Amino acid sequence: MTLKIAGKTFSSRLFLGTGKFPSNEILSKALAAAETEIVTVALRRVDLDAKNEDILDAIDKKKYLVLPNTSGARDADEAVRLARLAKGMGIGNWIKLEVTPDPNYLLPDPIETLKAAEILVKEGFIVLPYINADPVLAKRLEEAGCATVMPLGSPIGSHQGIRTKEAIEIIIEQANIPVVVDAGIGAPSHAALAMEMGADAVLVNTAIAIASDPIKMAEAFKLAVMAGRKAFSVGIRGSQKTASASSPLTGFLR
Amino acid sequence: MKFIDVLNKTDFSKISSISEHASDLEVKSILSKEKITFEDYIILLSETAVNYLEEMARKAQMITQKFFGKTILLYAPIYLSNECDNSCIYCGFNQKVSGKRISLSVSEVIKEADFLYDRGFRHILLVSGEKKGIVSIAYLKEIVSTLHKKFESISIEIFPLEENEYKELFSVGVDGITIYQEVYDKEIYKKVHPAGPKSDYEFRLATPERAGRVGFYRINIGALLGLGEFQKEAACVGLHASYLRKKFWKSQISISFPRIQGSGANFKPINPISDKQLVQMLCALRLFLPQAGLVLSTRESGTFRDNLISLGTTQMSAESKTSPGGYLNCNQEGEQFNVSDKRSVEEVSQAIKLKGYEPVFKDWDKALTQS
Repeated sequence: MTLKIAGKTFSSRLFLGTGKFPSNEILSKALAAAETEIVTVALRRVDLDAKNEDILDAIDKKKYLVLPNTSGARDADEAVRLARLAKGMGIGNWIKLEVTPDPNYLLPDPIETLKAAEILVKEGFIVLPYINADPVLAKRLEEAGCATVMPLGSPIGSHQGIRTKEAIEIIIEQANIPVVVDAGIGAPSHAALAMEMGADAVLVNTAIAIASDPIKMAEAFKLAVMAGRKAFSVGIRGSQKTASASSPLTGFLR
Repeated sequence: MKFIDVLNKTDFSKISSISEHASDLEVKSILSKEKITFEDYIILLSETAVNYLEEMARKAQMITQKFFGKTILLYAPIYLSNECDNSCIYCGFNQKVSGKRISLSVSEVIKEADFLYDRGFRHILLVSGEKKGIVSIAYLKEIVSTLHKKFESISIEIFPLEENEYKELFSVGVDGITIYQEVYDKEIYKKVHPAGPKSDYEFRLATPERAGRVGFYRINIGALLGLGEFQKEAACVGLHASYLRKKFWKSQISISFPRIQGSGANFKPINPISDKQLVQMLCALRLFLPQAGLVLSTRESGTFRDNLISLGTTQMSAESKTSPGGYLNCNQEGEQFNVSDKRSVEEVSQAIKLKGYEPVFKDWDKALTQS
């Protein structure tokens, strides 16, 4: 029951975002409680020259894969510049590609995302793009060489859950790369649902970061993701709306 | 449509009537809504809504945490010059106020900036009076190009510029602009800005639009609280912010709450704004514009600011000096306004932590703004 991305194996299927936490200490404890292995960090928050504590100080690089993200980028050029910066800083060559020209709902720009993905893949990055739940775009990004696609359930921080269920189901059905449901997951039940649907992983940030007890909530998400995945692996029987006939319709075929 | 046309079309007598007749039932029903309209916002600014401040505050806190988390971004201003051709009767830079006039050289500005960098700041705001001969575009460009190598975010709060001038500053690394209309009420505007280029109401009003067309990442507006009538000014700020948000959808719109405090001008507010009213405006704006940045300066006292941290504030200045050269020369002569919260950045950070929030010094990267 392991997750494989770009040749790397992970036993956790819960990615964590690191923004919005009340302190580095709580962040670091929440990461441990979630038993996550992939942690995304906004490059705009990273300051290697920080006078005070930096966000990277909260993340044990030996324990977690740091997945820098390009939050703040409005177009492909800006995203590419940030990705190169991350590489230059020695954070590695994995990049969560976020191109969100609208600062209000932070919805991703499909055209610029594809453009940036094509450039970054060519430069040797492992690209994990954040996208709207658009099955065609997901295929285009897969063809461009992305390592995963990360469709949104609903806008970032909205806690509305999986509002794009039908489209995500198509993305999962058609994908040859892992599908990570990102954004909008406000409760463990939302995460469980995504996993039951067959998502390979989910990314959670706000729901844990602003909970009154982020550490306990991180653990709740861990359990929900595991439960959802287990149920998916067993196979959830669809609900039946009609009663089953007592005498079989095909009984004559003997 | 330009914002001036929106403003001219707005029926302010209807707005005050809505506000006057607001009922408890209306306020309650608005507080149960997920999204509120401009009319709802007006009702939340009414006298009736004052009785529901606690509910408003709770809702404002929840919405803010969803979008911004439990974080407060810290920044510091650098005053470049207090020379000014304007005569704003409330301002310490008013050309008629006798006081020390200082304009920093480029190297003096860099020294002030270096000081702030060592104090931990990565977001800075360049502030200046209106003296175009001294604070020229070339001067600003030279400063910004140098500071952009070090600082992650550089915003300006200077006199209104032309679009092509904004373009020049944007190209060297200015990412945000702050411009307060001061007062939306045209009569009061005329009265408090009797002379100088600032007496042109419409040119100032259209400034965020000129900046928006250039593509700044952040546009910060506000009314100087204490000049116009509370409800009307708060209504205009909300209207202006929501107009800008729709028109310049790639820019983050922020709102400041500068309240008139003491300055070298010894000005008494025309319509004093109470603490309660400021909180009401902040919470109502948060409910109306869930994703707007809400900015608090050191004009307000430390205690009051600490209490506003968990109510919807997203950004605060700290350790500010409001006179040119104020960081390195302890001399406070020539201040724009008296700083009320005089605490050090460490003390402010500690206060933020005590409220259960994280003080953030870097939430942008200069690589984004590179030209």
